Amino acid sequence: MTDPSTPIKAVPLRRPGRWISAAVLVTLLFLFAWGAATNDAYDWPTYGKYLFDQRISAAALVTLELTVIAMVIAVVLGVLLAVMRLSDNPVLRGLSWLYLWFFRGTPVYVQLVFWGLITSIYQQVRIGIPWGPSFVTFDVREVGSAFMFAFIGLGLNEAAYMAEIVRAGIRSVDEGQTEAASALGMTWLQTMRRIVLPQAMRVIIPPTGNEVISMLKTTSLVVAIPLTTELYSRARAIATPIFRVIPLLLVAATWYLVMTSVLMVAQYYLERHFSRGSSRTMSSRQLAALAKAQEQPPGGGS
Amino acid sequence: MTEPEQSRPTPMVSAQGVHKSFGALEVLKGITLDVAPGEVMCLVGPSGSGKSTFLRCINHLETVNAGRLYVDGVLVGYHERRGKLHEMHPRDAARQRRTIGMVFQRFNLFPHMTALENIAEAPVVVQGRRKAEAATQARDLLARVGLADKAQAYPAQLSGGQQQRVAIARALAMQPRLMLFDEPTSALDPELVGEVLDVMRQLADEGMTMIVVTHEMGFAREVGDQLVFMDAGVVVEAGPPRAVLADPQHERTRAFLSKVL
Repeated sequence: MTDPSTPIKAVPLRRPGRWISAAVLVTLLFLFAWGAATNDAYDWPTYGKYLFDQRISAAALVTLELTVIAMVIAVVLGVLLAVMRLSDNPVLRGLSWLYLWFFRGTPVYVQLVFWGLITSIYQQVRIGIPWGPSFVTFDVREVGSAFMFAFIGLGLNEAAYMAEIVRAGIRSVDEGQTEAASALGMTWLQTMRRIVLPQAMRVIIPPTGNEVISMLKTTSLVVAIPLTTELYSRARAIATPIFRVIPLLLVAATWYLVMTSVLMVAQYYLERHFSRGSSRTMSSRQLAALAKAQEQPPGGGS
Repeated sequence: MTEPEQSRPTPMVSAQGVHKSFGALEVLKGITLDVAPGEVMCLVGPSGSGKSTFLRCINHLETVNAGRLYVDGVLVGYHERRGKLHEMHPRDAARQRRTIGMVFQRFNLFPHMTALENIAEAPVVVQGRRKAEAATQARDLLARVGLADKAQAYPAQLSGGQQQRVAIARALAMQPRLMLFDEPTSALDPELVGEVLDVMRQLADEGMTMIVVTHEMGFAREVGDQLVFMDAGVVVEAGPPRAVLADPQHERTRAFLSKVL
């Protein structure tokens, strides 16, 4: 007989399926990498030459700027649209619906072409009394630039998607939370800011991460405006005169990958921040404190 | 405006013919009752009788359709000017709720905050008190409900009874003059009910005015000053708990008590 209190030492379960599938996949991956390395069409020397080209890194910066500015617009406008959509006011609800209907219902490429043509549709923006005197007049051609129309076009389109993500997040928070906050005398705005949105963030962040990464790549469509200083257009522009399209596409792809990787790391930390309190699992520090409390004679704790 | 009698103090809560409907469904069909300052009133009755709805009307989580409801002599949910009722701005309703604490069946603690943060939140955000001061008060309140060692725990890491005690402390942090309890022990495992009732008993001993919707007849008998039996949206019977529980006057009361006692 063994003593039942000895810790169990079991023979681990054998998993031959895992080993076989891993061997097959690793072999296939190696074959692909070998093929790519030895295939002249990829033209690795040119790839190496242009990977850290200053024009490429400058273009990557433009792509990143477009992504960040467009997403900031999208998140702010998206929260506003989501709140409008959930409000008691039927006019606000209807307007929000109309916005979503239009901006989700037309291709972003078409919208960007439209923004490129905006100067021929609206020459001037007047701020003043309708049909009356105007106080300030902007010349759209003077104020606007291709870069500006690019982030406006991308941001307004994305806001429609963000609105739905934020709305889902807000709806995911239990009604009891709003009630408890109201019962404590919090106003609607305080309840939103302190109680509902922080909890909604857990639901909002993962799909928003998706959207940011998607936006980073969608910026390549701003050629429709046309804006050609971002990563993809710039890589094409370098490639065309030297007839080396494939290696420069690889250069662009590499930069996109690096940027999305950085964004994924940022998302991990954001998720971790907003998941506080969501799990029963205690941190190692809390567990240590509990173990310490257990050692003490009874009567000290609860 | 109904003037309260001179001899008696203003009731903490005064309901006069309170009606409440949800669409076609009439849940409260004229509730009239008074709760004196320092009194503990226990509301009992079968589920669907309107107890919780009445409780929620008192702090204007629900809007009354007919009748009048006063808390500390002030009309709830409306402004009365020249004999006309005006809808209250949500900001003013929020201000009214500050002095009324509420404890929910499902606790409704804020899961993204520690026990301490849950308690200190409203005093800082709503009353504009200093963080350090609110934290000190929160620690005192946690000690009062026997959870001094749980300040840094998140709600998910606490048992139901502990969560409900934190919820009581959270309501007390606003220094309410009236506490509403909506079936505070109904979601608890039987062995955890006692610890929550102990905290409530202690609160009653300190003179807090309380309205408690409950199925705990033992608590109602020992702690309650008044027992109100509700059924189908009306008050069927009210009186001192011992008297009502020992000798119910109405058939419906008898039928209900025979099931729960």
